[in-house]
Amino acid sequence: MSQENPLHHFELEPIVPIEVMGVDLSLNKAIFAMWGGMAIVFILFMIVVKGGLKTVPGKMQNIAELFIEFIKGMVGEFIGKEGMKYFPFVATLFFFIMSCNLIGLIPGSYTITSQLVVTGIFATIIFIMTLIIGFAKHGAHFLSILVPPGVPKIMIPVMVPIEMISMLARPLSLSVRLFANMTAGHTVLAVLFGLVLSAPGWISWMPFGFTIVINGLEIAIALIQAYIFTTLTCVYIGDVIKLH
Amino acid sequence: MDATAAAFIGMGLCALGFFGAAIGIAYVFAKTIETVGRQPNAEGRVAKYCWIGFALVEAVALYGLVLAFLIMGKIPG
Repeated sequence: MSQENPLHHFELEPIVPIEVMGVDLSLNKAIFAMWGGMAIVFILFMIVVKGGLKTVPGKMQNIAELFIEFIKGMVGEFIGKEGMKYFPFVATLFFFIMSCNLIGLIPGSYTITSQLVVTGIFATIIFIMTLIIGFAKHGAHFLSILVPPGVPKIMIPVMVPIEMISMLARPLSLSVRLFANMTAGHTVLAVLFGLVLSAPGWISWMPFGFTIVINGLEIAIALIQAYIFTTLTCVYIGDVIKLH
Repeated sequence: MDATAAAFIGMGLCALGFFGAAIGIAYVFAKTIETVGRQPNAEGRVAKYCWIGFALVEAVALYGLVLAFLIMGKIPG
């Protein structure tokens, strides 16, 4: 069995070719996975809300309330009382990333968050959003975020470039963290499956068992990474609003 | 040295960074277990920071993996 490049299953072929003025907008597995993720979250919440929310929640409403309370707690803890206006954005981010991560684990499907383009766009938008929030709320005083409290005046010219680099490292690390976790997980799974297929029959149960364990780990990583991305987003927004 | 050979050696060397991440993850969980042992009541609050710490430490290991993929992408031919 020839060993293919383990990154080969990240490649996309167009399923429905669409070309608009020279730009390739063809539908491929990634687009369908993204639509599937959005559709699942939308349909699940619509089922809960249909017919009105009851005061004594049923099963589905209970689970939805669990998630909503969880995200409300996260937003309230890091951003504070006035952070509730960012709650819809944070909740959407969490559910979208979680559903896209989990849909990628279905065999034959595609994880869009394993592409640096996708996670990079998320992180860039969040970074630009924090800048806009900071300048809108504090005006020019927002630049004092680059000077940590309690720094002697002499050290300020040294601290400002370091703090600027640290601010710019935030969207970079945010995007690369999610992208690398998803890519590494799927690559490990691909390599292990290749090992199962190329090993002689009497020993191939070992990598197969390991694949099952790694698959479980991937589900946990998918959930944890969505949680981490959302938590760090809340931390960055709270940082910018509270200015230390 | 042949460029492809050097690229492969570079990719293998990127794996050395995982050693630090393994120690980091072990440290995070060891401290969590110790804290829960001292005060079982604190498990709820400490568990949240445990998972955040784990993901952040693991991310550094994966930055090394991304470097390996970057090198792999530059292999000539």
